[in-house]
Amino acid sequence: MINRLSVATIWVKDQNEALRFYTEKMGFEIRADFTNGDFRWLTIGLKEQPDLEFQLAGIKLSHALNQEDVNHLTHLVEAGQLGIGPWKTDDCQKTYETLKAKGVEFIQPPTDRPYGIIEAIFKDNSGNIMVLSQDKPR
Amino acid sequence: MTFYKPIQQARRVLDQQYHTPLTIEDLSREVALSPYYLIRVFKRTYKQTPHQYLVQRRIAKAKELLRTTDLPITEICLAVGFESLGSFSALFRKLAGISPSAYRSCVQTHPDPKPAYIPLCVCVSHGIEDHLDR
Repeated sequence: MINRLSVATIWVKDQNEALRFYTEKMGFEIRADFTNGDFRWLTIGLKEQPDLEFQLAGIKLSHALNQEDVNHLTHLVEAGQLGIGPWKTDDCQKTYETLKAKGVEFIQPPTDRPYGIIEAIFKDNSGNIMVLSQDKPR
Repeated sequence: MTFYKPIQQARRVLDQQYHTPLTIEDLSREVALSPYYLIRVFKRTYKQTPHQYLVQRRIAKAKELLRTTDLPITEICLAVGFESLGSFSALFRKLAGISPSAYRSCVQTHPDPKPAYIPLCVCVSHGIEDHLDR
């Protein structure tokens, strides 16, 4: 039976810009980076989670995407409809301050939720909206 | 995709001699085609010119050396066929998105790296029949 997920996709408007954002601001590491013609398989991951990686999938005209697909995906990403997460942290406030100091755009600061978590909301540099989440001690 | 043998041979030459100062004239002589015809058919076959392929091959090798060795960046630059650190760094940044030193500092290193792997579903959806690192 299936027992785990190994790769998830983050759609991005520009792979180079996204790589800079996720490595320089968010602290991810590069896992795989291969180019074949105009296709680049680029994945990143968290040091603390070695068995899961994220494909930074560039939205551009290709064998897989026609102009209509590109326009549609770009619209959805810019509207924040395709973000993934939540990303977990042990200290939402501290991580928020660290990322904010690096220039990450937050659309909501850490907020105490009644269902046992503290969460903040940020955007990556493509427009993906993502949640930063901390479980509160019970 | 139908491969024309001299074009496949040209790609093999680029794969084997990427670290040398290879020119389009050298490559044309190796495969007995005119430079103009070689560029045209190579691009039609592989969606990039021989020069673009050569640069990509060199940068791919540089990434591998950054990931797997402690060689100074200047040595990597020369080892993959560039003659100037400035042009190597500029091309690396243009293609990879970050500088060689930044790449080295954030690339995951393995004592025993896994073979390069692009999931088959991605190869199929992108029409990739073979790739450089498989």
